[in-house]
Parts: sequence; structure tokens; C-alpha cells
Amino acid sequence: MTILYLLIPLSLFMGLVGFTAFLWSVGDGQYEDLVGAAERILYDPDAPEPQSAPDATAGIEETKR
Amino acid sequence: MIENLTVAERRSAMLILGALALVGLAMAALAHGDPMGVHGFIVLLFAAVLFFIVGEGIYAPEPPVSRLDAYYDDPTKVGIILALVWAVVGMFVGVWVAALLAWPDLRFDGAWSGFGRLRPVHTSGVIFGFGGNALIATSFHVMQRTSRARLPGALSPWFVLLGFNLFCIIAASGYLMGITQSKEYAEPEWYADIWLVIVWVIYFVLYIRTLARRNEPHIYVANWYYLSFVLVVAMLHIFNNLAVPASFTAAKSYSAFSGVQDAMTQWWYGHNAVAFFLTTGFLAMLYYFMPKRAQRPIYSYRLSILSFWGIVFFYIWVGSHHLHYTALPVWVQTLGMTFSVMLLVPSWATAGNALMTLNGAWHKVRDDATLRFMMIGAVFYGLTTFEGSFLAIRPVNALSHYTDWTVGHVHAGTLGWVSFIIFGSFYAVVPILWRRETMYSWRLVEWHFWIALAGTVIYVFAMWNSGIIQGLMWRTYTDAGTLKYSFVDTLVAMHPYYIARAFGGLLFLIGAIICFYNVVMTIRHVPYAEPAIDYPTTSEAGEPALPAAE
Repeated sequence: MTILYLLIPLSLFMGLVGFTAFLWSVGDGQYEDLVGAAERILYDPDAPEPQSAPDATAGIEETKR
Repeated sequence: MIENLTVAERRSAMLILGALALVGLAMAALAHGDPMGVHGFIVLLFAAVLFFIVGEGIYAPEPPVSRLDAYYDDPTKVGIILALVWAVVGMFVGVWVAALLAWPDLRFDGAWSGFGRLRPVHTSGVIFGFGGNALIATSFHVMQRTSRARLPGALSPWFVLLGFNLFCIIAASGYLMGITQSKEYAEPEWYADIWLVIVWVIYFVLYIRTLARRNEPHIYVANWYYLSFVLVVAMLHIFNNLAVPASFTAAKSYSAFSGVQDAMTQWWYGHNAVAFFLTTGFLAMLYYFMPKRAQRPIYSYRLSILSFWGIVFFYIWVGSHHLHYTALPVWVQTLGMTFSVMLLVPSWATAGNALMTLNGAWHKVRDDATLRFMMIGAVFYGLTTFEGSFLAIRPVNALSHYTDWTVGHVHAGTLGWVSFIIFGSFYAVVPILWRRETMYSWRLVEWHFWIALAGTVIYVFAMWNSGIIQGLMWRTYTDAGTLKYSFVDTLVAMHPYYIARAFGGLLFLIGAIICFYNVVMTIRHVPYAEPAIDYPTTSEAGEPALPAAE
């Protein structure tokens, strides 16, 4: 069963990737406001934050294009 | 559609399509008489058609900058239509192969129409063609809305969507010509696999770039589910398809692994494909479209996050439950079985969470067939995950494995859960995307719901009966210690159930055709309308969010 020498490290590696993502999400404060996070998707104006208006968001526009 | 691309993007698109056409030409020229040559011509034709479509719009004026104030939904719309086309094609072939089992003459003596060639057309057609397109299309929709940010570019979403469909076409046409590497759900040969890797990496980069541009600090849970789908499928696909082509100008390749090693890799892939292709992405749909449609937040957001991490950490280990009583070491089988049983916890947490979200809004479920589609999807998700954990237990598996019970289990999941959540999401999103007042006909949605539910129930009950009868007949001994029933005896016993199964599948196909018709008529005949959305002023959540970078 030499294949297990590939598959088990691979699965552990993917678990590690998941764990890293989990630690990042906790550290980033993703779970600080769970009630708000669940509700905000319901108040969707169906348009992104304006990007074309040059005055207010000029700096953002540069970095986001 | 082309006029919404910038001139630079149009040029890049034509360059990519030109390069793709050259690849197709090379494949067609170099494969002397090998079926790969046919694929070369298909690639060439695919690239040429798109080249002319883009070329026709190349001199249209540059799109206005104000386009950046709206979400980019063109690829989502095309993806939904493609998903429904694949649904009708894939389910039609499914009904055909079901009928072949009941009436073998329906093969019409063609080499291409044998069960072994048609079945993967059905499985790939519905899983990848229908399910995959639905996942890609809805993920584009959800990632933009939950991030409150437009897709980073207009070219890469098209590349992902159309590139994936090219893969599906290559796969399905290859099976009919006998091109297969005989790995379940991973049948396409090496060149199709390499193409899918390219498409998939661009998909992942596109997703991460959209999230990086988000104007909402929180990454909504649906995005985590979609991301796990994209990331894990990439990894599984690459390692399961490690193979050495016999020749670079022919389709045939040999797997890098052999015997039980290959079987273990295949089912490590196979069950994780069920997990991360057929589950997590659709859970993302559930977690986005169900709260949106019910206009209620998810019952416990905390639980949805816990279930996500539970699924991510448990699912990857369960593949070996497909290889009970084989040459696989017993401890590996036991490992797969244990994790399969543990999986019930996050799975039922999700199903319960979905149903509790609807608790208090049952009048909406009663009145709205769209929401009812999602509700039944959650119910079947709970049923199927329970059945899956149960079937993974070794002594149960001794009865069920290699019988139709497995087929019934898979279809409880794919018809009852995956298709229902897709149809529910499509009915919810089509009027929003195309800015229509409503669906063309709610009566047809209602019809679709009941026909599809009847088809699913008939299918699943037929296969439960057939599978358990089959399993019991196989293990019945006479007093003399010999097997009591021959293989043909089991076929005779299963024949009525095969007819019932084909009928159930036919009902489901009719439902999909109704859905396709309804969506097309919605786009063509329902008047334009800006969707009415309430803007709450009392909640902090209604305040515009700061860009994540600041």
C-alpha cells in the first residue's frame, strides 16, 4: 500500500491548508459579528460599491482595477 | 455581450481563441486516425465559432466606465442556460440508459450506444454539465453579491465558463468514441484533464481576486463552501489523473498507479468528488439562496461555520468505505468507515440548520414552490447523508455494495438534494438576473416541483427495493451450501423495478424540460422590472461597509 505514503500526507496537507485558513479567519475577526454577517446578505442593493465616480473613490479605483 | 468587454479584452479573447484553434488543428493533424483527431476538430470548431462571435463585436465602442457600478452577470446568465441545456441532455441519456437496463434492445446495435459508453455521458452530463455549470454560474453571482464587489475582469469568468464547457463536450463526445480511462467520474483522457487544470486554476485565482476586492469585511459562509469546492476539486483532479500517455498524438494513457493502489486513489477521488463537487458547492447555494428567498437570516450562522469546518476536516478521509472487503488493508477500511459515521454530525447540523431557518416561515414554503424546492433539497440532504453514513458501515455494506441500493442512494442525493437546490436557486435568481418582474409561470414551477418530487420518490423507492432484493438473493444459500439463485434470477426479479426507475427518471426529465421552457419564456416574454428590494434604515447592517483594505 505504498499509495498511502502519498494519499495520507496529501490529505494531512489539505487539512493543514484548511487549518491555516481557519486560523486566519479567526485572527482576521471574521467571527466577531455573526448575527450581522448572517443578516447583511439580505440587504443587498444588487449593485456593487460605486467605482466609476472619480471623486470619492479615486484611490480605491486605482488599486482595484 | 461582446460590447460589455473592453477593446483590450476582446483582443485578448481573440488571441486566446486563435491559440486554442491552433491546438485543435495540431491535435487533428497529428493524431493519425486516432479518435483524438476528432477531438482536435471539435476544439477547432469550438474556438472558431467563438472567434467569429467575438470578432463580430470587435469594433463596437468601448463600454462606459459606469459598467463598473453594476455586477458583471453576463457569464452567470449564459452559465444558467448552459446548465439547463446539459440538464436536458444528461437526463435524457439517463432515461435512455435506465431503459436499456429494462429493454436491452434499445441499443440499436451501435458500438457507440452500448451501456458502457452511454452511462458516463449521463453521469458526466448531469454532474459536470448540469451541476458544474450551475456551480460556476451561481458562484459568480454569490461571490459578487456577498463581497459587494464586481468581478475583477470580464475575460477570466468567460474563460472559466466556456473552457469548462469545452471540457464537458470533449468528455461526452469521447465516451461515445470509446475514449475513457475507466475511472468513475474521471473518465476523460489526459489532454482533457490538463485542459481542466488550466481552467480550474484560473477559476481559483478569479475567486480569490474577487474576495480580495470585497467591500464587506466578512466573507459570507457560502464563499467558504464554494472555495473548498474549487480548491479540493483541483487537488483531487490532479492526483487521480496522474497518467502516462502512450503517445502524445493519441488518446490512450496508463495510470501512474496499479491494482489496489489505483483503486484507493480512485475512491479517494471518487468520494471527495461527491463531497466537494456534489456537496459543498451546493451547500453554498443553500446558504445563500435559501435565506435570500425566505427573507430570513440563517437560523444559526455559528452552526453553519462549525458545519463547514467539520465537513472540511472529516470528508477527505472517507473514500476507502468504497473498498470494504477488498485487498485494501482493514485498518484503512475502518478509518473510512469511522469518518463516514462521524460525518453525520456536520451533515445533519447543516440540514437541521436549513430547516430551522424555515421554521416560522412555513406559510412561505406552502405558497412558494421555489422555496419548497430548497426545503425538499435540505430534507433529502439529511436523508442521503444519514443513508450514506449507514451504508458505509462494513456489515451493512456487505449487503448493499454492488447492488442497486448504491444507485438509489446516489440518486436520492443527486435528484432529491442537488437538483432540487439547483432548480430552487435558478427560479430564485433568474428574475433577479434578467431584471424580470417574475417568472413566466408560477403554475409551471408548481408543476415542475410535484413532477420532480414524484419522479425522485419513484426512482429511489424502486432502487431501494431492487437493491435489497438483489443483495439478499446473492447471499441466499441452499441447504447443500450452494448459491440458491443464479445471476439471471436476480435480473428477472429486478426487471419491474428497472421499469419503475426509468419511469421515475422520465418524470424528472420532464420537470427539467419544463424548467428550461419556463426560464426561456421568462427571458423572452416577461416585462423588464427593477427588483424591489427593501432598504432597511434601522439596522446597522444597512450602512455601507468600508472597503476591506482600509
